[in-house]
Amino acid sequence: MEKEQLGQVLSELFPSLEINTSQDPVRVKADTGSIHSLAMTLRDDSRFQFDYLFNMYGIDREDRFTLVYYLESTIFRHIVAIETDLADHDNPVVESISDLWKTAEFQEREIYDLMGVSFTNHPDPRRLFLEDGWAFPLRKDYKDDINFIER
Amino acid sequence: MGLKIKSMKYEDFQDNDTLEIFKQSGGNILMTTIDDIVNWGRSNSIWPLTFATSCCGIEMMAAGAPRHDFSRFGMEVYRATPRQADVIVVAGTIVHKMAPVLKRLYDQMADPKYVIAMGACACSGGPFYYNTYSVVRGVDHVIPVDVYVPGCPPRPEALLYGVLQLQRKMKTDTMRSPRDPMENYI
Amino acid sequence: MQEVELQDILTAREDGDYIINIGPQHPSTHGVLRFVVSLKGEMLEYVIPHCGYIHRGIEKMCERLTYPQIIHLTDRMDYLSAHMNNEAVSLLVEKATGVEVPERVKYIRTILSELQRIQSHQLWWAAFGMDMGGLTCFFYGLRDREKILDIFEESFGSRLLHSYICPGGVMNDIHPNFQKRTKEFIKYFRKKLPEYDELLTGNIIFEMRTKGMGVLSKGEAISYGLTGPPGRASNFACDIRKLYPYSAYDKVEFKEILYTEGDTWARYKVRMAEMWESMKIIEQLIDNIPEGDFTIKMKPVIRLPEGEYSQRVETARGELGVYVVSKGEKTPYRMHFRTPNFSNLFVMNRLAAGNKIADLIAISGSLDLVIPDIDR
Repeated sequence: MEKEQLGQVLSELFPSLEINTSQDPVRVKADTGSIHSLAMTLRDDSRFQFDYLFNMYGIDREDRFTLVYYLESTIFRHIVAIETDLADHDNPVVESISDLWKTAEFQEREIYDLMGVSFTNHPDPRRLFLEDGWAFPLRKDYKDDINFIER
Repeated sequence: MGLKIKSMKYEDFQDNDTLEIFKQSGGNILMTTIDDIVNWGRSNSIWPLTFATSCCGIEMMAAGAPRHDFSRFGMEVYRATPRQADVIVVAGTIVHKMAPVLKRLYDQMADPKYVIAMGACACSGGPFYYNTYSVVRGVDHVIPVDVYVPGCPPRPEALLYGVLQLQRKMKTDTMRSPRDPMENYI
Repeated sequence: MQEVELQDILTAREDGDYIINIGPQHPSTHGVLRFVVSLKGEMLEYVIPHCGYIHRGIEKMCERLTYPQIIHLTDRMDYLSAHMNNEAVSLLVEKATGVEVPERVKYIRTILSELQRIQSHQLWWAAFGMDMGGLTCFFYGLRDREKILDIFEESFGSRLLHSYICPGGVMNDIHPNFQKRTKEFIKYFRKKLPEYDELLTGNIIFEMRTKGMGVLSKGEAISYGLTGPPGRASNFACDIRKLYPYSAYDKVEFKEILYTEGDTWARYKVRMAEMWESMKIIEQLIDNIPEGDFTIKMKPVIRLPEGEYSQRVETARGELGVYVVSKGEKTPYRMHFRTPNFSNLFVMNRLAAGNKIADLIAISGSLDLVIPDIDR
């Protein structure tokens, strides 16, 4: 599907979504609560068939966290980026999508490890790289006087 | 291409030619002769541990491969277990999670044991000195180092030079006062 | 983390299983990867990969470095695909600032990427053969790899980490001998590559250890995000060079190697065939490098306009994605690397469970893992 067409079909299906087709790829802004159901629809609907989650990452925007999911359909070769804002900066929680894509399980573990975003219904919610007790280093307010030499 | 390096005097390359002065004198003829034989054997059959964490490990592999072939200098057999290794070539960055593992590997090695810090990361943290939270800035924070080989990554020839320096150092060992690697190590 | 792990071990022991710890220091893990393996007799029950033993915090470092400085860190992620990693960041910066690089640069970048791919696959072949017990492979592979490193060294002055591709072009012009030596290498390697097949591919022991081991279907490969040669061995068409051509890949003809078996053998065959394809690509370009500048003048301080940018390239191991959130500063606000090995590693449990422990080594070797690329 072309970008405009994809945006149109998406807005018909989910009227509440904020869709931006001027960028490449198409950006969709979704509620934190509806992320799992939206992802499931995008994966299973025969018009979209987004079966390949090729990236997800988090951004610390100081007052909130933003998670970005990049989905691609290996059949139609269209791409969509879903953004969701996590308003609670101290204790960000979002539903896991690891039951939909296997790769999400480890991408989510990485985000939890480095950003401190918790995922509910995650099968293995441990830290991936760092040991327990480390602060979350990719947060903007990360401070470490011993190990971190700033320049 | 149009780059010119200001030439360096040949004498400047001959660094650390005072190493042999530290050799302890005063042993009798028998003891020093045995020392020489033991050291000759030891320094020409250094078995390294296959320990590579990152990029420098590839250059260490290249040093063992046909072009550079460091079995010419007796570093012939890579050992996968620390109990059979004489020297640990720390090739690559050591992070805080890896540091206890490295210490344990070092402790498992049999005496006499030697350490070569290969690459900028192992020497001092190198490119990962600033702005990172998980890198140990120099492997000498964890284990005592005998030879430092700088470079990012060092060429295999640089590693060969480091090995030759280690062999010189090994030839200064005596049986009368066995070398304690932890001596002077903070 | 400790608690969950301990629990795993305890519950497994009641069943009479073994828990074996492979790594972090183990020659077959190609670095400092750690597998916790549960065994019932000789059969693998599950494999838990533990990483982080070389986590250097590159994403955090990028937030304080300028874009030309970041180039030097990307080398050190996947050191066997150094050019492709440089290229990914350079392409992203060029795309974001709206700079069009000269044709000559595109040709040089493409040739270098393909040379790097051959070099990487040679080293993989050497290490894979050694994992399977054939030490001769190590000598054959690294002997031919040195020839490529000589070409690299002559042009960029370094063997492994070049930092040669930079935003706006390349650091300096290629050496006058570059074309001649590359052609010589192709001629040489076309003779030597059949030797690889003679040594390993037709070997009956090797075939028995690889065929039918670690089979992954296409659907699972997509779900796990498996890219690069392992993905293409499962018939997942994921070659970024074909799908979203960058540099001069739209000007060359090459085949995307696809196998349907999805086992260790197919992953091996994909890489062997890719070396032939890479040589074809180089041959199409090497005589036609257009004259012109090797770089264009970028601003002394590169600032990306506010927004989010992404760039995907195909490294020797799969899809590398670079994602940047910029606030108009000279440093990125957030930089994320989607590295190919990260996704490729976590398929280990799915591939290895149910096989024998000796096959774990063959399977992890066939994924061609570079550990600093997983941990960053």
